[in-house]
Amino acid sequence: MVYFDNSATTRPDEEVLTSFVETNRRFFANPASIHGKGREAETLLDRSRDQIRSLLGSQDGEVIFTSGGTEANNLAIIGFAYAHRSRGSHIITTSIEHPSVLHACDFLERNGFEVDYLSVDADGRISLDELEKLLRKDTTVVSIMHVNNEIGTIQPIEQAVEIVHRHSRAVFHSDCVQSFGKLPVLLSDKGPDAITVSAHKINGLKNSGILAMKKGMTPTPINFGGGQEKGVRSGTVSVPNAVAVAKAMRLSAVDREQETYRLWKNRLIQYVNQYEGVQVISPQFGAPHILSLAFSKIKGEVAVNYFQEHGIFLSTSSACSSKSSNAGHVIEAIHLDHDFKFGVVRISFGKDNTEEDIKKFEDVFSGFMNLLGRDLN
Amino acid sequence: MEWNELLIRYGELSLKGRNRNTFVRRLKKNIQLAMRDLPTVRLRAERDRMFLQASDNADMKKAIERLPFIFGIQSFSPVAKCQADLEAIKEKTLDVMGSIETAGKTFKVEIKRSDKTFPLVTGELQQEIGGHVLRHFPELGVKMKKPDIQLLVDIRKDGAFLTAMTYKGAGGMPVGSNGHSLLMLSGGIDSPVAGYLMMKRGVSLDAIHFASPPFTSEMAKKKVMDLADRLGSFGAHVRLHIIPFTELQQAIVKQVPNNLSMTTTRRIMLEIADKVREEIGAMGIVTGESLGQVASQTLDSMTAINAVTATPVLRPLIASDKLEIIDLAQQIGTYDISIRPFEDCCTIFTPSNPKTKPRLEKVTHYESYFDFSPLIEEAVAKRAVMDEMSTPQNEFDDLL
Repeated sequence: MVYFDNSATTRPDEEVLTSFVETNRRFFANPASIHGKGREAETLLDRSRDQIRSLLGSQDGEVIFTSGGTEANNLAIIGFAYAHRSRGSHIITTSIEHPSVLHACDFLERNGFEVDYLSVDADGRISLDELEKLLRKDTTVVSIMHVNNEIGTIQPIEQAVEIVHRHSRAVFHSDCVQSFGKLPVLLSDKGPDAITVSAHKINGLKNSGILAMKKGMTPTPINFGGGQEKGVRSGTVSVPNAVAVAKAMRLSAVDREQETYRLWKNRLIQYVNQYEGVQVISPQFGAPHILSLAFSKIKGEVAVNYFQEHGIFLSTSSACSSKSSNAGHVIEAIHLDHDFKFGVVRISFGKDNTEEDIKKFEDVFSGFMNLLGRDLN
Repeated sequence: MEWNELLIRYGELSLKGRNRNTFVRRLKKNIQLAMRDLPTVRLRAERDRMFLQASDNADMKKAIERLPFIFGIQSFSPVAKCQADLEAIKEKTLDVMGSIETAGKTFKVEIKRSDKTFPLVTGELQQEIGGHVLRHFPELGVKMKKPDIQLLVDIRKDGAFLTAMTYKGAGGMPVGSNGHSLLMLSGGIDSPVAGYLMMKRGVSLDAIHFASPPFTSEMAKKKVMDLADRLGSFGAHVRLHIIPFTELQQAIVKQVPNNLSMTTTRRIMLEIADKVREEIGAMGIVTGESLGQVASQTLDSMTAINAVTATPVLRPLIASDKLEIIDLAQQIGTYDISIRPFEDCCTIFTPSNPKTKPRLEKVTHYESYFDFSPLIEEAVAKRAVMDEMSTPQNEFDDLL
């Protein structure tokens, strides 16, 4: 089996699984309990948090454990919008965000907030000029994803942060679900104020992630209960999940595969460009692990099926939206030619992939082209 | 960027004439202690500066993170080494400059040509290297007086040594160079700050804490242990003595009228502290008292409490405002530990209306009806001494 759907999810690392199980066995107590067992669990929770802080280069930052990327994005956008409501109710995001950002913005719009969506070019990149123009005195939240999950575009986060901080007091949030472990993601002075990381995209477990923020920042909570996580995220904190997130982040932070991914990506780009009727839509200087292709006049689903028959697992653009029939908001936003719109597939590399997988992909790909009767250019 | 060594400049101690050697030795020991888990770190002390080397780059990074907290260091600079050859120096220069923020900054090149046989003279070298840097970092400005970045190139027989930035040290004097004292550590905000300030002046510390289980919890104890650990990161391990205080507190409540019980409690605490101080051979007792902050910290109270001993009681915070103390606590990282919400023995037995002007003769009068000394002796004897360095929780390491 060749698994090329690592942007949808990854296979949990054995070490992460072991940590998760061991922590459940040895430190199952509630970290909010005042007895010794609870203390022990709390200490371990603190250590996990510290480890994440240091991986993000922010010794004094805030780390809130969540049920994953979606919750962290919801919490950041809705939470900061409400926390700063006295200062304004204008929010800026992009048209190619993950649904967990876009639908949180929908919710805000229905509740009296105003949201502007940055457009993107054919490579999926925002325009910094447009960002500067949209910024207003009453802008309170700007959310721009680091790497796009469907086509791999890398946004110019540092410059965007600089512009936002120069012209407004808005909180800068960045969804780094696809970038953590692949590109440097830091809560530095020049970086975003808040970032989302999801564990299952980096060989961690599903249902766990974090919202990390600079020191002292507190979004208004969006769930209610016992006031855990400094009152920001109620619900008994799962120490085993926290440990597993910290471990997955540590293991992926030392992941040196990026150069290999880049070589593979470039190699495949060259390979598929030989053929007619197929177009590379990932930008050349996009994330190294995501390669999106579009076939003309066929549905992406057809390609997914064909490759699957030959033991290769891909997805149509993003796994979340691949079951619906429209072309998807990212593909629409980059104004892909109509002929290609529905033929998008995404190849995403992960730790388990090898050179042979790439070779196999090339072989299956040429078989698919033959089947469709498409020739070499 | 991989640095070859760190150049460490001494603080105030370079002024201290004949005691200098003692100070330098002490500083070296304290740095070694702070780096004890970094196996590749080596130290070399010279008369007016010290060099720290680490063959492992990860160790070097950690050393750079830890040095700013060690007292007795005025500043330190990472040094890069290369062959004493113009091309090699030029190449290394770019590495060094590339590792620091250059946008909008000014710089100058300073040459120290210790090896007089080097083919180029100082002026030529300055031009060659300065021009080379400017070609690669066009955003840099040049400034001869007070530039932001001073690139120092020291050319010796065994190589060229480059430094470009200086990190500020914690100042003060090496902990342990000014004697040893006992800190009364309650778990509140003030006492760790008092300890910190004494350490800054070179005093090494043991700490004493009073626990009254079950009225105070294990967590309160843990909190104090964490505070002692935190203080330990400023240069020398802080050994902690935990006094079992429950019986004494109950006896005090029984024997002394409510509004004076606080004064007696403090007197007995000080007496116990003094006995421990004597046993460990410390000179003074340090407290976090700040004048007028609470009933026990008025001049009248202090007079009544201090009457139990002639040992110097050092109160570095006596004239500080609460907000100033909180600021400092936040800076040194003890605040977040101090505000953990656990009962300490001071808060539980505190009467509702303690006297702010207790009279010594009244206090001694009430105390005279009961012989506290056997209980005091027992408390001192049964104290728990936390003598280990903070044990990193190894049981967690494999999980994370």
